[in-house]
Amino acid sequence: MMTEENIQTFDLNRIREDFPTLSRKVYGKPLIYLDNGATSQKPQVVIDAIEHYYTFDNSNIHRGVHHLSQEATTQYEDARVTIQKYINAPTSEEVLFTAGTTGGINLVSYSFGELLSKGDEIIISAMEHHSNIVPWQMLCERKGCKLKVIPINEKGDLIISDFEKLLNEKTKLVSVTHISNTLGTINPIKHIIDSAHKVGAKVLIDGAQSVQHMSVDVQALDCDFYVFSGHKVFGPTGVGILYGKKDILDSMPPYQGGGDMIDRVTFQKTTYNVLPHKFEAGTPNISGGIALGSAINYLAKQDLDAIQKHEHELGVYATKELNKIEGMRIIGTSKEKTSVVSFVIEGLHPFDIGTLLDKQGVAVRTGHHCTQPLMDFFKIPGTVRASFAFYNTMAEIDVFIKALNRSINMLR
Amino acid sequence: MTLDQKQQEIIDEFEIYDDWMDKYEYIIELGKELPLISDEKKTEDRLIEGCQSRVWLDMETVDGKMSFSADSDAIITKGIIGLLIRVMNNEDAKTIATADLRFISEIGLQEHLSPTRANGLASMIQKMKIGAVKVIVGE
Repeated sequence: MMTEENIQTFDLNRIREDFPTLSRKVYGKPLIYLDNGATSQKPQVVIDAIEHYYTFDNSNIHRGVHHLSQEATTQYEDARVTIQKYINAPTSEEVLFTAGTTGGINLVSYSFGELLSKGDEIIISAMEHHSNIVPWQMLCERKGCKLKVIPINEKGDLIISDFEKLLNEKTKLVSVTHISNTLGTINPIKHIIDSAHKVGAKVLIDGAQSVQHMSVDVQALDCDFYVFSGHKVFGPTGVGILYGKKDILDSMPPYQGGGDMIDRVTFQKTTYNVLPHKFEAGTPNISGGIALGSAINYLAKQDLDAIQKHEHELGVYATKELNKIEGMRIIGTSKEKTSVVSFVIEGLHPFDIGTLLDKQGVAVRTGHHCTQPLMDFFKIPGTVRASFAFYNTMAEIDVFIKALNRSINMLR
Repeated sequence: MTLDQKQQEIIDEFEIYDDWMDKYEYIIELGKELPLISDEKKTEDRLIEGCQSRVWLDMETVDGKMSFSADSDAIITKGIIGLLIRVMNNEDAKTIATADLRFISEIGLQEHLSPTRANGLASMIQKMKIGAVKVIVGE
C-alpha cells in the first residue's frame, strides 16, 4: 500500500497537465471530455510506459533466457503485484490478466460454468451491462441453468428484499455490478456478498465503473471474483483484471488452451501450469499489462479522498444545473451515486442532443449504453450520459450546460 | 436536373455555412419541415433499427421512376434523410443503383454514414440501392 508521504495533494491544474488529450481541440473548440464511463483519458506516464516498452524492452515473456525477455517478464509481473496491492488481493497468483471486464466475465462464465449443472441458478441484476448478461445467458443455454434477475425501483436502486427471496440452495453464483454504468448507482455489494455466501453461492463483482472512483479491497469485500478494465482506470485498452480466490480458481478448468498455460504436454495427456498462468494462454498484452501497472501506480499517488469529494461535487453541480432545464428527466436518482448523470429531455432525441454537443466540443455518450433491459424498464430508447472523472472541472460543466441549452433551443 | 446536379445544388447551399452549428441549424430546419412518411406506413417491415436512431423507409416505382419516403425519430437524421430523398427521388432505378452520393462527404456529413454511427442512414442508402437493383432485375 502507498504510504502517506507518497500521496500528492489534489491539484486540478497539475492533474489536467498529466493528460495530454485534455488540452486538444475538436471542431476548433476546447475538448470537454464527459465520456469517462466509456473510457478514460490516459496520463503521460501510461503513454510513456507503452512507448518505452516497444522502444527498449520488447520481447516475449516467461520463456526467454535472454536479458530482454527477463526484463519484460519482471516488468509484467511487477505490474501484477502493483495491481494486487492496490485491490488488496492476498496473493499475486489470484490476479489474472484478461482482455478487459468482458474477457474476465466470459472466463468465469465458461470455466466456473463448467462446474455447474442443470437446474443450478445464477442471479444478476436489472441494471447490468450486456457483458454481465449475455455470457450468463449463454452459460444457461449450454448447461441448462436458470438466470434470475434482481429488480430495481424507479430511482435505480436494487430491491434488496427481492434479492434475498431469489437466493436459495440452488443459487451457485451472483454476478452484479459494483456501480451502474448508466445510472451511477453504487450497489450495496458487501451486503449482497454476505447474503449470497449464506446460501453457499459465489459472487462476481463487475468493477468496470468502480476502481477509477474509489478504493477497492477484495479481502474486505470477501467477493469471490472481481473484474475490471484497464482502459477505464486510465490504462490502455485490451487489458483488464480478474481477481479470483485461489481455491475457486484452482477448482476451475482452464478457459483457453495454448502456450504458457501448460505444465507438460504429450499427445496422451497435458497437465496444466499453476495460477495465474493456467488462465493466461498465449502471449499476453505485455505492454498493456505493464502500462496498466503504471496507471495504477499513478492512481495510487493521488489523494483518493480529495478525488472522491471533487467528483461528488461535479455530479451534484451538474445535476442541479440540469434540473433547471425544462422537460429534464434524470435517469438514476439513487442516494448512493457516482459522478454519472444520465438524462432524457421531453420531446428530444438523445442522438440529436449528442450530435449538437459534439459540434460544440462536448463529448458525451448517447444511446442505450449496452443496457437495453434497463432502457426497457424506464421505457426510453436511450439517454444522454455525462460521466465525469477527477480531471473534469466545474467550468467544464458550465460550458456543457450552455452547449446543452443552445442545442435544446435549436431542436425545439 | 440530373442526380449530380441536385447534389451540386445542395453542396452550393451548404457553402455559405462555415460554422458547424449553422450547418446543423439548417439540417434541423429541414428535419422539422418535412413530414416524410405517414404514420400508418411506420411498420416493422419498413423499419431500419439503428443503434442510436430509427429510420423508416418506403419506396415505389411509377413509370420507371422511383420515389422514396422516409422518417426518423431523431430530427438530425430526418434532416439528412430529406437531403437524400431530394437527390434520389424521381430517378430511374439504374441511376439510383449506381449513384455516387458525393454530396454527403462534401458538406461534411460523412460521419453520419459510418457504420459505427449506427443511426440507420447507411442501411437506408443500402436499402434504397437494393430496391433499385430489384427494379432492374424485375423482381
